[in-house]
Amino acid sequence: MSGPSTYEPKTGFERWLDTRLPIIRMAHDTALDFPTPKNLNYWWTFGGILAVCLVVQIISGVILAMHYVPNADLAFNSVQRIMRDVNYGWMIRYIHANGASMFFLAVYIHIARGMYYGSYKAPREVLWILGCVIYLLMMATGFMGYVLPWGQMSFYGAVVITNLFSAFDGIIPGLGTAITTWLWGGFAVDNATLNRFFSLHYLLPFMIAGVVGLHIWALHVPGNNNPTGVEVRSKEDTVPFHPYYTVKDGFAIGAFMILFAWFVFFAPEALGHADNYVPANPLATPAHIVPEWYFLPFYAILRAIPDKLLGVLAMFGSIGLLFVLPWLDTSKVKSMRYRPTARWFFLIFIAATLGLGWCGGKLPDDVVIAVGRDETGAATGFTVVWLSRILAVYYYAYFLLVLPLLGLTEKTLPLPDGISSPVLSKGGAAVPAGATASPEKKG
Amino acid sequence: MTAWPLIDQMNPAGDTLALASIEYDLGKVAEGQQATVKWRGKPVFVRHRTAKEIAEAKAGDTADLKDPQPDSARVKPGKPEWLIVVGVCTHLGCVPNFGTGSYGGWFCPCHGSVYDTSGRIRQGPAPLNLAVPDYSFVSDTRVKIG
Amino acid sequence: MLTLRKAFAGFAAGLTVMTAGAALAATHGEHMRETKFSFEGPLGKFDRGALQRGYKVYAEVCSSCHSMNLVYFRNLAQKGGPFYDEKHPNPNNSPYAKALAAGVMVPDIDQETGDPITRAGTPADHFKAPFPNEAAARASNGGALPPDLSVIAMAREGGAHYIYSLLTGYHEPPKGLRVPTGQHYNPYMAGDLASYWDGPKDKVPAGGLIAMPPQLTPDRVTFDDGVKATPDQMAHDVATFLAWAAEPKAEERKQTGLAVMIYLIIFTGLLYASYRRIWKNVAH
Repeated sequence: MSGPSTYEPKTGFERWLDTRLPIIRMAHDTALDFPTPKNLNYWWTFGGILAVCLVVQIISGVILAMHYVPNADLAFNSVQRIMRDVNYGWMIRYIHANGASMFFLAVYIHIARGMYYGSYKAPREVLWILGCVIYLLMMATGFMGYVLPWGQMSFYGAVVITNLFSAFDGIIPGLGTAITTWLWGGFAVDNATLNRFFSLHYLLPFMIAGVVGLHIWALHVPGNNNPTGVEVRSKEDTVPFHPYYTVKDGFAIGAFMILFAWFVFFAPEALGHADNYVPANPLATPAHIVPEWYFLPFYAILRAIPDKLLGVLAMFGSIGLLFVLPWLDTSKVKSMRYRPTARWFFLIFIAATLGLGWCGGKLPDDVVIAVGRDETGAATGFTVVWLSRILAVYYYAYFLLVLPLLGLTEKTLPLPDGISSPVLSKGGAAVPAGATASPEKKG
Repeated sequence: MTAWPLIDQMNPAGDTLALASIEYDLGKVAEGQQATVKWRGKPVFVRHRTAKEIAEAKAGDTADLKDPQPDSARVKPGKPEWLIVVGVCTHLGCVPNFGTGSYGGWFCPCHGSVYDTSGRIRQGPAPLNLAVPDYSFVSDTRVKIG
Repeated sequence: MLTLRKAFAGFAAGLTVMTAGAALAATHGEHMRETKFSFEGPLGKFDRGALQRGYKVYAEVCSSCHSMNLVYFRNLAQKGGPFYDEKHPNPNNSPYAKALAAGVMVPDIDQETGDPITRAGTPADHFKAPFPNEAAARASNGGALPPDLSVIAMAREGGAHYIYSLLTGYHEPPKGLRVPTGQHYNPYMAGDLASYWDGPKDKVPAGGLIAMPPQLTPDRVTFDDGVKATPDQMAHDVATFLAWAAEPKAEERKQTGLAVMIYLIIFTGLLYASYRRIWKNVAH
């Protein structure tokens, strides 16, 4: 909860600066003395982890940009030069490439936390929407970044995704072609496309940083949500951000870095594709064009619909749904800790999204459950594309049917009085054992 | 609109547009031969069809085609001996070879798509016929593609 | 709370499944041959002898068709490379790099007349390409382009295992397989042989057609260290060499990783201890 500032400048310099640019006051109020709910669990550490990820990507990226050449004839070799000849280039490149995956891993956990604990509900709707904007910018940045090494997957990923816009020819004839020509800067993905993707890939992270600033500002107006979903009532419910959450976030960041370092130093290519070490060739298409893992669920949704335009709309729609989530969920109870039915639907949602990711990495005609064999001996049966359809339907239904209806009909567990109820057992039980607090229950 | 220059700068530049269309001298291609020309980054087959190939193509008009199209729609009137198609398999983009398929036309080595002498898909996983680019005869022996 | 933890575990497992799925999707050939390479695993190192023998196989067998434009003679003498010598830490001055380079004639321009000439190589030169351009390479190889081998070990699923299997895997095509002239059957090559198969439709052989004929005949190369040059040995050594060439910094990467992990584990441990200490007296 933002209240009046508690900062008191101690030295002469601090007093002088405070009346000219109160930046130390701002740091104190947002990161040192900021009252934070004292019951935050580890799911709340991912915001800090994400900030570190952004800084890591920007620093490693700016350094790579000192050596990378954004020209179709030179890009692939310039990356190899970074890996072989630039001092520690291999490390910076692997940090940047794996850092992108870690960034998405963290953002998916962060989003899942928001969905489970109702962090998108009033009064945090704008905070949530700003987060969705950051996510969109991250996807654009990641997509363009993957094109830069100009391998086969880089090139054909660009071909497939930019070609999606030609589906708009179905809305207004010629519109889609005009858009793709404008995006490409030519009649196909080529040097003009690569060069502009590099420019925008460099730009977007700084826009992300700006929106992150707004995101933290929007957070600090109401203050953090917490696992109970019950708002902070008094100072007793909070601890100052420093040292309590600086040290907890620090530990979580350390653990995250261990996972990150394992990828960078011992499995740097695990999340990539061998085909991207083949230089881009417009005349030879790879057998399996697959995006990076963090795009797989959306790729599956795209391919689930046989119509090109509808597939594109379904894919963008699945991201658009996130933006309006605060108004789709009708429940008055924030945290799914106290919404046992909703919790099951949410877990199935997570499973469906993981399932869509699995489908996205396969060919649409691959068989999931074999039923028989055709004349060539190939298995026939329940295919990946049908599984994608079922899972995509659940994905949409979760937002458009389950959450709106459940909030009106579900039975919720009684909420605790607040964060500082005398005894709050670890499992989040609603009734404090041996409590002296008044037993008013919220239904 | 003051914003138009900021938007239009992303449209194809002068050097890109220069390669947007090419002219080709058909005199180099004897009957029964095929030339491969690079156009907008893609291979284009310029084939001088024999009478037999033309007859086979016309016969295929009534066959059960995945992407139905009469041969006459794929050539210019009065010039059925010239077939100009983009040499990119409509399945996943490999470059098909002429002469090894069972319909007398092209065969794609990557996944086995077979095209006839009109470049229409007859067998295999490709969904569409070989694309016919925009082209016109600037003279009897010269075409402009694109 | 427990269910959320389970969900996270499921998510992490799902992530592993996803990545495994994506990696396996492209393989068409048979499962690769069983073999071990010294450089595999978090503490793996390249076997120096294998690297030197592998270089000789490349230089005497492969380089007549395959370029390695991203590998320089100086790389051979850098730390971790086949001919590194502690007495000459600067690879540009290494007598080994100089000798190996000087044995190759590379194209250049005469600085006085401007005419194209050939001259003896130096450590600063990359390995000599057998053909001046793609069209010449294709013309000499029946229309097929022998790929550059600089990163081939990273450009194929299975890496060194795939290379080893492919080079030793040639055998007579099964009856019923029509192999066009200029092509060769290899069970480890990616491809789809259905259109070349006359046998029962459900028994299409695994593998594909490759334009490269089998190369590793016994004793095709004579190794300087006396190791017998069986096809298996040559394939294993050249696969090791190509794995090094694709990522010369692999050993350095793993060594740095070990130090970084130890540091991070200690530092994170200290942070955890601080966290517990600071939160000790707070009811939460």
